[in-house]
Amino acid sequence: MNSLNTLTVKDLHASYGAIQVLHGVNVEVSQGGATAVLGANGAGKTTLLRAICGQINRRGTIELNGEAIDRLDTADIARRGVAHVPQGRGTFTTLTAEENLRLGAYTRRKSGKVQQDFELVYSYFPRLYERRNQQAGTLSGGEQQMLAIGRALMLEPKLLVLDEPSFGLAPRIVQEIFGIMRKINREQRVSVLVVEQNANLALDFADRACVLETGVVVTTGSPEEMRQNEDVRRAYLGY
Amino acid sequence: MEQLLHQIAAGLATGGVYASLALALVMIYQATHHVNFAQGELAMCSTYLAWWLIGAGVPYWLAFLITVVVSFFFGVGIERVLIRRVEKAPVLSVVIVFIGMQFILNSLAGWVFGYTIQQFPSPFPEEPPFGNPFINSHELGIVAVTFFVVGLLWAFFRFTPAGLALRGAAANSDSAGLCGIRVGSMLALGWGLAAAIGAVAGMLIAPVVFLDPNMMAGILIYAFAAALLGGIDSPVGAVIGGFMLGVLENLAGAYLIGTELKLTVALVTIVTVLVVKPSGLLGKVVVTRV
Repeated sequence: MNSLNTLTVKDLHASYGAIQVLHGVNVEVSQGGATAVLGANGAGKTTLLRAICGQINRRGTIELNGEAIDRLDTADIARRGVAHVPQGRGTFTTLTAEENLRLGAYTRRKSGKVQQDFELVYSYFPRLYERRNQQAGTLSGGEQQMLAIGRALMLEPKLLVLDEPSFGLAPRIVQEIFGIMRKINREQRVSVLVVEQNANLALDFADRACVLETGVVVTTGSPEEMRQNEDVRRAYLGY
Repeated sequence: MEQLLHQIAAGLATGGVYASLALALVMIYQATHHVNFAQGELAMCSTYLAWWLIGAGVPYWLAFLITVVVSFFFGVGIERVLIRRVEKAPVLSVVIVFIGMQFILNSLAGWVFGYTIQQFPSPFPEEPPFGNPFINSHELGIVAVTFFVVGLLWAFFRFTPAGLALRGAAANSDSAGLCGIRVGSMLALGWGLAAAIGAVAGMLIAPVVFLDPNMMAGILIYAFAAALLGGIDSPVGAVIGGFMLGVLENLAGAYLIGTELKLTVALVTIVTVLVVKPSGLLGKVVVTRV
């Protein structure tokens, strides 16, 4: 058990009702580091993130900065500093962009620092400032992804968890978003756990990676090690 | 002409009551995607509480306030104790629970307070304002209180953090949980508010239709029709639908079909909306991709 890790997951099992999806998964995110989880559709990547955030039945060890969070519910885990950007963005479509961001800071609304956080988010995503009074459901896919990340930042997270941030977005926007994620990781010292189907993108971004296949981690290592691994290259990098 | 204006004015008054109840229905629908069939009976029980307090010597507006507060907590209690247990149950189970609640509350009220029709006092004066022949003070009072309650609710949702959190929980409960919002508490708050609004609606209409355990049954049907007409997920639609339906009911009753068939107006509205434009005037059309 390494208490220097922001996130330590050991022997995690998770199920949807009677169907077991994760069969003993181990993942780590170091302080200020970024870990990528790769894998094909149905491997259990989204399930892993949901299990970490307490959204489904799970058992095993999940520690945030050394503190066990495997028995907590979703809202408590969020209050401990885990910000989850879900698959499909999870935008509050009927609210304005600014209201979406404000909800991200809901649990911190009495801290007096919310205005600062707005400024930070708008500095990363100027387009959101332009559209702050627009109904969130009318924003483009890329803008909604930025909004979802902004909402997560408003939580002042210790760990940022992202589920397929590149999904359905044009390559140019994806580069922009990953660039900002890199900035957030470095400047705000926020640890990141990102699930991505786009393996190249993920390996460029992260400092650690693992591959999930039908509910178990089959390979783990640095991005260079991943690129040199023949099986990984053939299955996920296409060469 | 005088009769027409009077019918419209009286229609606005009853419309205000329909609007309030429809708003309560829409609030619960938005948060839970279930129609609260017991909304009317809850309102009726609240009105009986107020009647009992007034009968015991409590001044009207104090009894009004106590009733609204107690109703709020009763609504919260129902969510915590009953609704939470069937949260994840299939739709039909939830519907049965609501209908069961409707019958239980109705019989409970009859058992405790009896089935004799009672008079319920109005806090507004007997004389019509400025002696006008179109609208009496109670009818004007209903419209004023409705606008006040709706305005208060709008301000709550628009300007307070709890209001925003409640809107968020209703829009996307998963994402709300990820923001650290306790969605269960938000639902309880929504139920409390709906029960409080229902209490106000009941106390406003009781002087007109008289108090008995079955007084809200017809009114609830109008509230459904109003909510559907406005769009079951649109609070603004509920209010507009309520006023429209109140006026429509009175005009149809006075000039078209006679007063015995007035309830038919509500039922015809429900069927017409569902057949012609299920999303109502202001509701959103839900498109599902397969």
